[in-house]
Amino acid sequence: MKILVPVKRVIDYNVKVRVKADQTGVDLTNVKMALNPFCEIAVEEAVRLKEAGSATEVVVVSIGSSAVQEQLRTALALGADRALHIDTELNLDSLQVAKLLAKVVADEQPGLVILGKQAIDSDNNQTGQMLAALTGMGQGTFASKVTLSAGKVAVTREIDGGLQTVQLTLPAVVSTDLRLNEPRYASLPNIMKAKKKPLEVKAADSYGVSLSSAVSVLKVTAPAVRQGGIKVESVAELVDKLKHEAKVI
Amino acid sequence: MAILLIAEHNNQSLKAETHKVVQAATAIGADITVLVAGFNCAAAANEAATIAGVDKVLVADNAAYEHQLAENIAALVAELGKNYSHILTAATTTGKNFLPRVAALLDVAQISDVIAIESADTFVRPIYAGNAIATVKSADAIKVLTVRPAAFAAAKIGNAAPVEALSAVHDLGVSAFVSAELTKSERPELTAARVVISGGRGMQNGENFALLNGIADKLGAAIGASRAAVDAGFVPNDMQVGQTGKIVAPELYIAVGISGAIQHLAGMKDSKVIVAINKDAEAPIFQVADYGLVADLFTVLPELEQQL
Repeated sequence: MKILVPVKRVIDYNVKVRVKADQTGVDLTNVKMALNPFCEIAVEEAVRLKEAGSATEVVVVSIGSSAVQEQLRTALALGADRALHIDTELNLDSLQVAKLLAKVVADEQPGLVILGKQAIDSDNNQTGQMLAALTGMGQGTFASKVTLSAGKVAVTREIDGGLQTVQLTLPAVVSTDLRLNEPRYASLPNIMKAKKKPLEVKAADSYGVSLSSAVSVLKVTAPAVRQGGIKVESVAELVDKLKHEAKVI
Repeated sequence: MAILLIAEHNNQSLKAETHKVVQAATAIGADITVLVAGFNCAAAANEAATIAGVDKVLVADNAAYEHQLAENIAALVAELGKNYSHILTAATTTGKNFLPRVAALLDVAQISDVIAIESADTFVRPIYAGNAIATVKSADAIKVLTVRPAAFAAAKIGNAAPVEALSAVHDLGVSAFVSAELTKSERPELTAARVVISGGRGMQNGENFALLNGIADKLGAAIGASRAAVDAGFVPNDMQVGQTGKIVAPELYIAVGISGAIQHLAGMKDSKVIVAINKDAEAPIFQVADYGLVADLFTVLPELEQQL
């Protein structure tokens, strides 16, 4: 079985973002970029399934400018077999991304698609669900455990009240939550080997998908800054402040 | 214009988030139809009819909807949704699961985690873990939105909207419910609590979380945790507050032994009053805390419990 893993290049999660003064977006010039943390978990899960003998090939795909090839190489160094770069300079919405991925699914015929539950830049949490809808597949979102058996996959999902397990018919879409696994680090020999693994580039407009979005960003602003607080010296002072000044207890 | 709002419920009763989404929907200014899809869910439907602002309640009562499987719910909502200008639900794990599927079936975008409604087509939402706020305008014929419950007050009770049964059944047959393991708690729900007290890595182990119990009982508070505490196995993951956990905005948030990483702040920085208890005076949590106490939590917590 082949596993398809869509990955995204995003700002490194440790970077404190700055909003541009002209309110058009977030300043990404000279900012450290990385593989989205949830995508890393997705790659790791796919590689583990391959190591366990449940999968034969792991294909990673990313959509964006040529810079995304850096993250595809990272995924290859983590154990993916080959990569596909869908080239576009446009900033696509989840819906356009899902439509492109649906075409890739039609070409590649994977038995399982694993992707991150959300990208830490747009915080949308949509692509996996949309891809499942467009391909008619079942979806196991926010997965903390994935178990394959003949023609089925059992996915334990992190839900608000606890955990829920669902069983899906393959092919299916799984989106990863943080606790699914602990991603490995790429070793130096693997990084070198990854440079020789196949990486195919295709133009986004060659897929015949309309890439225009109905959503426009009017402005991006910094969140309201909290007023600087005070330090109290003792528990008694804290309780007194909460009772009489803040009046919250 | 008309709004279809999908209720969050456990088949017996509505979740508090639903009332907040109704409040958000009233800002759009159109008739509000609430859909209750579940199994043996008449009680939840009747409860929805009592929320002020609701014009009609639709009930889809079928075993196919019992566990809110995204595949089946999305097919139902996409079919009904064609006749509405807006489709809304809460940005809970249930809403986040099925609503993007609905949007894709209708071939429209989804706007996630809306924190303010400026007009019928313009919405405000946080991006980059809440470090930037985007105002977006949608030209789609149907606006599909998940609403962040913590950003809206609950709609009042006092209504008797008509309840109508639906007969449509959608069962895609590609997914099946196996089991659920729900965390049992006597305390208020994290996302609805007026006071939240959270522990982090500084708690050192799961047993020490018991130190928070007495304080939570006295304040009627819910207990939360940082990702560090969850990853270390101190507490279950549904207690996690942050970008990848729950978003809360209580009147009082007490952070104990939490350093205040960006990802944690994303889940609680809209709280009205923030108290930080940490022995590291340089911890970033003090930059957002209204009241900070630099001290060892193991001496402070028993003292705090006593003085409340």
